[in-house]
This record gives sequence, C-alpha cells and structure tokens, in this order.
Amino acid sequence: MKKSGKWLLDILLFLASLVFLSPVFIMLINSFKDRAELYENALALPSSFSFEYYKSAMEKMNFFTALGNSLYVTVISVIIVIVLASMTAWMLVRTDNKLSKIIFFTFVATMLIPFQTLMMPLMQVMDWIRTNLHIPMLNTHEGLIYMNVGFTSSMAVFLYHGFIKSVPIALEEAATLDGCSKLGVFWRIVFPLLKNISVTIAILNVIALWNDYLLPSLTLSDKGLRTIPLSTFYFFGEFTIVWNQAMAGLTLTIIPVVIFYIFAQKYIIKGIAAGAVK
Amino acid sequence: MSKSKDKAWFALFTVPLLFIFTTVVLIPFIIGIVYSFVNWDGIPANPKVFVGFDNYVQLFQDERFLSSAWHTVQFTLLALVCVNILGLAFALLVTTKLRSRNAARTMFFMPNLIGGLILGYIWQFIFTDAFSFLGEKTGFDSVFFNWLLHPQFALYAIVAVFTWQLAGYTMIIYIAGIQGIPDELMEAAKVDGANLWQRLKSIVFPLLMPSFTICLFLTLSGAFKIYDVNLSLTKGGPSNATEMFAMNIFNEIFAYGNYGLGQAKAIIFFLIVAGLTLTQVIITKRREVQM
Repeated sequence: MKKSGKWLLDILLFLASLVFLSPVFIMLINSFKDRAELYENALALPSSFSFEYYKSAMEKMNFFTALGNSLYVTVISVIIVIVLASMTAWMLVRTDNKLSKIIFFTFVATMLIPFQTLMMPLMQVMDWIRTNLHIPMLNTHEGLIYMNVGFTSSMAVFLYHGFIKSVPIALEEAATLDGCSKLGVFWRIVFPLLKNISVTIAILNVIALWNDYLLPSLTLSDKGLRTIPLSTFYFFGEFTIVWNQAMAGLTLTIIPVVIFYIFAQKYIIKGIAAGAVK
Repeated sequence: MSKSKDKAWFALFTVPLLFIFTTVVLIPFIIGIVYSFVNWDGIPANPKVFVGFDNYVQLFQDERFLSSAWHTVQFTLLALVCVNILGLAFALLVTTKLRSRNAARTMFFMPNLIGGLILGYIWQFIFTDAFSFLGEKTGFDSVFFNWLLHPQFALYAIVAVFTWQLAGYTMIIYIAGIQGIPDELMEAAKVDGANLWQRLKSIVFPLLMPSFTICLFLTLSGAFKIYDVNLSLTKGGPSNATEMFAMNIFNEIFAYGNYGLGQAKAIIFFLIVAGLTLTQVIITKRREVQM
C-alpha cells in the first residue's frame, strides 16, 4: 500500500472510533450545561463548566453508598467463586469417576438456563429459607453475594475444568510424596498455576456482576443497599428527567468503569479472548 | 491413602460450591417446572391450584406474549447480523498495521464495560435530544428523529444500542481468531495473486469458524435474553411495540401477578433459548476446519 493511502486509513480508523464513542462524549458535554443551553443545542460544547449538576446527582443517587455497595458485592462474590470453583474443578478433574462426570455435566448443562426461568422460583426458595431457617437471604448484600456465586459457578467450573486438564500432574504427585495434604497441594502448588485462568474468570465476572441489574433489583429493596445500576434505575424513575442532571449522574457511574478499564485493560482483553476460546 | 479419606477430601473440595449451586440453580429450576403447572397469584396465603397444561395452552393464545416473541425474533436476527458484521470489520481493521489500531481497539470495546442499563439511558438522550437537534439542523429529518416514538424504529434503536454494546466484545474474539491464522498462509496467497476478498473468503473466514461459533452463540443468547437495554431505553414502548420475551415474562410474573402463567412462559423461553443456541453451536461447529 502507498504511504499516503495508509495515512488516510489511519486517520479514518481513528475518526471511526471517535464517532463510535461519541454518545459518551455527548453525555459528558451535556452534564455541564444548564437546561436552557442543553435544549438549545445538544451537541455544542458547554459555555461554562459547572459541577453543580454533579453535586445534585451525587446526592440524589446516593452515589458513594451505591459505589461502596457495588464494590462490596462484586469483589466478595468474585473472590468466593474463584476459591470455590477452582477447588471444585480441580477435584472433579483429578477424581476420575462417574460422580465427577455427572457433577461436571450438571454444571455445564445448566449454563443453558436463562436467568428469567429461575428468577421467580429462586425468590420463592430464598423467601422460604428466610421464613423457615431465619437466614436473611433477601434484602441483604450477603444473600445477593450467595446468589451471585451460585449463578457464576457453572461458567467458572467449566473454564477451570478445561484449564486444569492441561496442567501436568507430576508436580502434585511429588508434593503428595513429600507429605503435603490435598489442601496443601491445592493451595501451594495448583492454585498459583491457575493464575491466568483465575484472572480471566475474575474479569468476566467483575464485568457481569458490576453491571447486573435484574438480580439485585429482585433481592434488594432497602434504599441504602442499592448498587450502582439500581441507584441509576431509581434515579431515572423517581425524578422526572432533568437531562443535564441525568447526564451528570450517568457520567458518575461510568467513571469507576473507566478507571477499572485503564488499569486492567491488558487483562480484560486477554481475559475475554481466553474465556471465549474454551 | 484410604478410600474413605479420599472421599472426605472430595467432599471438602466440592460440597461448598455444590451446595450453593444446588440451592440457587438446581432447586429453583425444578420448582420452576412445578410452578408452571399451577395457577397462583404470588400471595403466600392464596392457594396454588394445579391446572395441568392450562398455562401452556393459554400462553399460546396470549397475543401480547406472541407479539413479544415476534419482536424478539426480529430483534435477534437484526442484532446477530449487525453485531457480527461490525465486530468482524473492527477486528479486521485493528489487526492491520495501522498506527491508530490500539487506540481504536480500546475505544471500540469501551461500551461493553458500561453495562446495558446505563447504555440504554445514554442512548435515550441521544435519540430524544441529539437526534431531533441533528435532524432540525441538517435537514436529514428522515434519519434523525426520535426513533423511540416510532414502533418499528424503536426496535431498531434497541438493535443499535445492543450492537454498540456487543460489537467490541465480538471484535476481541475475532481478533484472537485472526491472530491465530499463520502469516505464511496469507503471504503465500498474496504471492499466488489472490486479492483481498479472495484471501478473506478462502482463508480467513474458514479458519475463523471457531470464532464465529462463539460470537454467534454470544449474540444469539444475549439478544434473546435482552432485558436491561429494553428496560432503560424503551420500557417496552411505544405501546408494547418493543416488549421482548424477557420483559414480557418479568411483567407477567411480577407486574400482573400471574405466577403460574409467567413461569410457563419462562419454561418455554428456556426451551427456545437452549434449543436455538445448541442448534447453532452444532451447525457452526460442523463447519469448523482443522488446519
């Protein structure tokens, strides 16, 4: 290809990606405008930068509470699923019998069940546990975390299972001969070897759980427990849409995602590619 | 080591997750099947009346359900085409030696991280305000008007947002596939005088079949189960013209309180999603070629 042609393509690609992201840009510029200015021209740059709408959006969304709630639920869910799914998958791979196969097959088969098929009976089960066993499964973060772990376990076991099959067993046998218990073998030898796939599973689940709306909307009713998608939903429902304030609110919700993306970009891209190949 | 000790270890490692999985997925699934055969309004004090297959008969006479099914089919087909063409085009562009490729890749993927609910709200503003403004100023008001007020265009609006969300994700998977194609193969074809389209058709696309399998699966199941974007962008409107499967089920159960009927719909939904995605994976898997 000629040099000038390449230059042109280069610029075109860059422009195309800018156009692709323009909705985010439009959101950003309108978050600074007052109402009159916004309705006059939705695409113009703001004439002055006012953070006033950020302040009011932050208050109405209870932003920092929601951010903390989202962080708590996402991080704890992901840690638990990583720990439990890796242990389970390892045992299933290393124990070659019928039971392991049945368990593994059950995990895989349930990946086909859409959440909508489970949501109502799930709420019934959780309500039953709450009234009969007095364990607060509904309207608590811990209950939501429990359900998150349940829903993400299939995919996590599936991915770990595929990965562990390719991990040579020799190292584990050597450690066993040296007197290591199974727990020791797993945590000292196997788990560190699973780092790559663990990162993949963590990334995929962070994205899914952070953005999840439906399950939290069904389980959390207290205002103080709301996660970011929930508080965004109520923000749009409770207040008649004042677009400039709404844009400020949406910008706020995107900031944590952008920060996460900047720091974990390499792993996100790798993780998604690796997660898909299996 | 003794057998019973092995069993104890097996239990220690697998039972915690199995227990959670059983209470969250398996038991609700079984109970869900049972619920689909009863008539119940969701109030614990009221009786659950066994009605056999009545709910299943009734749902096929529910016009709103059938039209939501039709919207979902239309939406899924359009989304499948748009997401994958755009995702593949992005992937082909950012695997060239262009200097802006890394920046472009980063930006193309970005919407996927933001999450469906929030994407829907951003686009609600784009369609209502930015579009009408553009239409007024440029005169292209046949393209730039508020799509959300028009039944058919509101559906296209959801396709647009869903495509925006998922194109970058499929791009990543297609990139992984493209990078797996050996350079020698492409070089050899070039030397033999194959043009760009011939190279794409005879080398790239066949070798990309595994990526197609995954991307089609992701878009197919994602599109069929769409809820967040549907809720935040159109709420099913105007006048139910964009109510999809998932939203219809949710409303039947939690808004109208028809727990049995709604659950029967949910079971049918499961059968369709499972059947469709399995068929698709089997078909595309068969077309995968070994190098």
